[in-house]
Amino acid sequence: MISIRGVKHSIQGKPILQDINLDLPRGGVTALIGPNGAGKSTLLSLIARLQPLGTGTIRVDALQIGSCSDAALARVLAIMPQSAQISARLRVGEAVMMGRYPWHRGRPGKRDGEIVEETLRLFSLTSLADRFLDEISGGQRQRAMVAMAYAQETDYLLLDEPLNNLDIAASRHLMRLLRQMADTGRKSIVIVLHDINYAAAFADRVVVMREGRIVADGAPGAVITPALMADVFETDAKVHLVDDRPVVLV
Amino acid sequence: MRLWLGLVGVLLLAVISLFIGVIPLSPRDVFTDPEATRLMLTSRLPRTLAALLAGAALAITGQIMQVLARNRFVEPMTAGAGQSAALGVLLATLLIPGAPVWIKMCLAAATTLAGSVGLLVLIRPLPPTQPLLVPLVALIYGGLIGAAVNFVAYQGDMMQYLQVWLTGELSGVLKGRYELLWIAGVAAAATWFIAGRITLLNLGDDVARSLGINVRNVTAAGLLAVSVVTAMVVVTLGAIPFVGLVVPNLVSRRMGDNLPRTLPFTALIGAGLVLAADICGRTIRAPFEVPVAAVIGVVGAVLFLILLYREPRHG
Amino acid sequence: MDRRLALLCGLLALSCVAFMLLGAVGSWEFLLQFRLRRLAALLLVGICLSTATVLFQTIAGNRILTPSLIGFDALYILILTAMVQVLGLAGFAAIPAPVIFAINLAAMTALGMLLFGVLMFGAKGDMIKLVLTGIVAGILIRSLTEFLQRMIDPSEFQMIQAASFARFTHVDTGLLVLTAAASLPALALTWRVRFRLDVLALGSELATGLGENPQRGRKQVLALICVLVASATALAGPSGLFGLIVTALAYLVAPGTRHAVTLPTAALVGCIVLVAGQTVMERVLDLSTPLPVVVELLGGLVFLFLVLKRHIR
Repeated sequence: MISIRGVKHSIQGKPILQDINLDLPRGGVTALIGPNGAGKSTLLSLIARLQPLGTGTIRVDALQIGSCSDAALARVLAIMPQSAQISARLRVGEAVMMGRYPWHRGRPGKRDGEIVEETLRLFSLTSLADRFLDEISGGQRQRAMVAMAYAQETDYLLLDEPLNNLDIAASRHLMRLLRQMADTGRKSIVIVLHDINYAAAFADRVVVMREGRIVADGAPGAVITPALMADVFETDAKVHLVDDRPVVLV
Repeated sequence: MRLWLGLVGVLLLAVISLFIGVIPLSPRDVFTDPEATRLMLTSRLPRTLAALLAGAALAITGQIMQVLARNRFVEPMTAGAGQSAALGVLLATLLIPGAPVWIKMCLAAATTLAGSVGLLVLIRPLPPTQPLLVPLVALIYGGLIGAAVNFVAYQGDMMQYLQVWLTGELSGVLKGRYELLWIAGVAAAATWFIAGRITLLNLGDDVARSLGINVRNVTAAGLLAVSVVTAMVVVTLGAIPFVGLVVPNLVSRRMGDNLPRTLPFTALIGAGLVLAADICGRTIRAPFEVPVAAVIGVVGAVLFLILLYREPRHG
Repeated sequence: MDRRLALLCGLLALSCVAFMLLGAVGSWEFLLQFRLRRLAALLLVGICLSTATVLFQTIAGNRILTPSLIGFDALYILILTAMVQVLGLAGFAAIPAPVIFAINLAAMTALGMLLFGVLMFGAKGDMIKLVLTGIVAGILIRSLTEFLQRMIDPSEFQMIQAASFARFTHVDTGLLVLTAAASLPALALTWRVRFRLDVLALGSELATGLGENPQRGRKQVLALICVLVASATALAGPSGLFGLIVTALAYLVAPGTRHAVTLPTAALVGCIVLVAGQTVMERVLDLSTPLPVVVELLGGLVFLFLVLKRHIR
């Protein structure tokens, strides 16, 4: 379980997060949504110790963020940062193998190779394994980045706006993969999403943030309502139910 | 008003410069002691005038180069023109050792012009979205020509000569050895007549053309002034970096880019800067001298970095 | 083993043989010893500089920066000058060479980290601003050195100048042993952490995600770079754009960025450029220009080419 207690964060005196308390139990897909500047990405990067934590505590299972070793956390939790850009020239296969680093620490074994093979197959990347990351399309690169985080074989997988730059087919493909990982692979997935409809369609739980606070939390059907749209997103969009899932009409 | 204040400041510096040196000199001596008068006329006065002329001319041509390159971080001395001037003199000395001085000067001016044109050709196609790319390319381009100068110097066994001669310093300035700087001064002053037209180039070639400016001619005249000034300064004093970069930036920050109005200030501050640096270099470790280029190199690089980080991201 | 690496090894062996044998006249025994010492120095410098450049490009996250472009080697001479300035010539001469080297190394590491920190913090990911700042910082360090050197008596100034522009013509055995003792452990350590370097090259966020602390990693790598650059500078003087040429060539030969491949490739290329270059310049073309000047010339061209290729379509 990821448990967040009393987390505050400010950047150059400007408060970004205020008094966040949140428990994310094992399993399922949790989506963080909210308007721009709500602090979703900051919260995610604090959990993944990409930024130093100021006030409050965050625990991932038995590990306390800030005091546990980076290497130990890397075996429990993987993150795909927003618009992750790799300046090094890596092949897709090499990049996915990088995801194995927390386990092999630079000495990849036979099992690491097998897991990379399997991951490439799962993400339909096998045919691209020998291509350089800067030679493939944006959608394929995004998929490779998710594959890299997946290959890390952690219980928790954090993704920051993974649907950026993806077309509808690639977006749905990726979300289905994540759904499948949560259902059959027993992973806990926390994902920052821009598009509420993707959150409504694929998440088990939606956490809504505004101006650095959590303002709503629950199943998509209960949380995503016209009232929320008006209140948090300040727009009068209609919300319909399709197959028992809310759909925001734009 | 501000112009007068600046003028008084520079005059004050000039007076200080006249009376500082290895041999102590008092104002009264100059009129009573013939030896002192001679010292004043053959050494102190020429040295002070050289610093003023070089500083003013370098600052003005730096400003003009920045308009021509459409970039605030470019300066002839470090961007290939200075190195090209050195290459010209070096080649002239090696190939036609017996030629009179004025032929060598003309050759130096010609190679400087070629070097400046080369720079413009190189940086014009660079995307305007990346303003810092221009000074980067310009610095490397300057370094490249500098390396070529070193190569020629080694092959011609002139390295010792080159090192002494390329570092900008004023200790060798005597009556009869600095007069070429007057040409630089005149060339820089002449740009005042095209200053208005150069200002319009700032608006872009198309706008300038539609306002009836002959862009080609104005650019050519500007480049000619830049080349003459750079060549003369390099030949007489050596390379003095950063004056043409820092001064125009400071002036433009305060007073904008209307050159007919700002150029007098640019000239004054440039003259004051070089003279102050020379006074500092003369006094800090007397009786030894620190070359003016070393003083300005340190001060100028620091100022450059400050400008780089204070300037919001546009050229 | 990779075919390309084998080819490079062959080329290097050929260069070494040519260097040892071409134009050999006089007492064979003396010549052998003399040239062997020079060859050892060339190889050591070649490996140190190329490794330092690869490391630097990894932590800076870009391929046109080199340690000497931002003035790391000038830093070495600046500290040397400052030591003469503070201690005086007599005091300076009284200190044994290993102590001087150690003091210089410590000061250089501290200053280098400061410089690099300011660079990375100031530029905030703007690559061109980073490079421009680096170059101007390099000019500043060189001007400061020149300034300090002029503050010293002309005779002392001459001595520093002799020390700072040491070339490969005369190699002092003591210095060779000293620099080898400093740099070989650093090289071994670099090789040991080659996979960690791959992770660091991914950038801060991804490296953190994989359990590598990028700040700590950068500091350690920076310390390695300082040892390597100081050793090379002590042996051969400032290196200019040498590292840039070498890495550009190395990436041409082996396009990936796995350090297990890049490090040996760059080291081999560096040694070939130095040994073959020195042989050709000295024995074949009979040029009086020292190699660094030609390297500077070619390096400038490579740099311009790299920048323009990327930005002009």
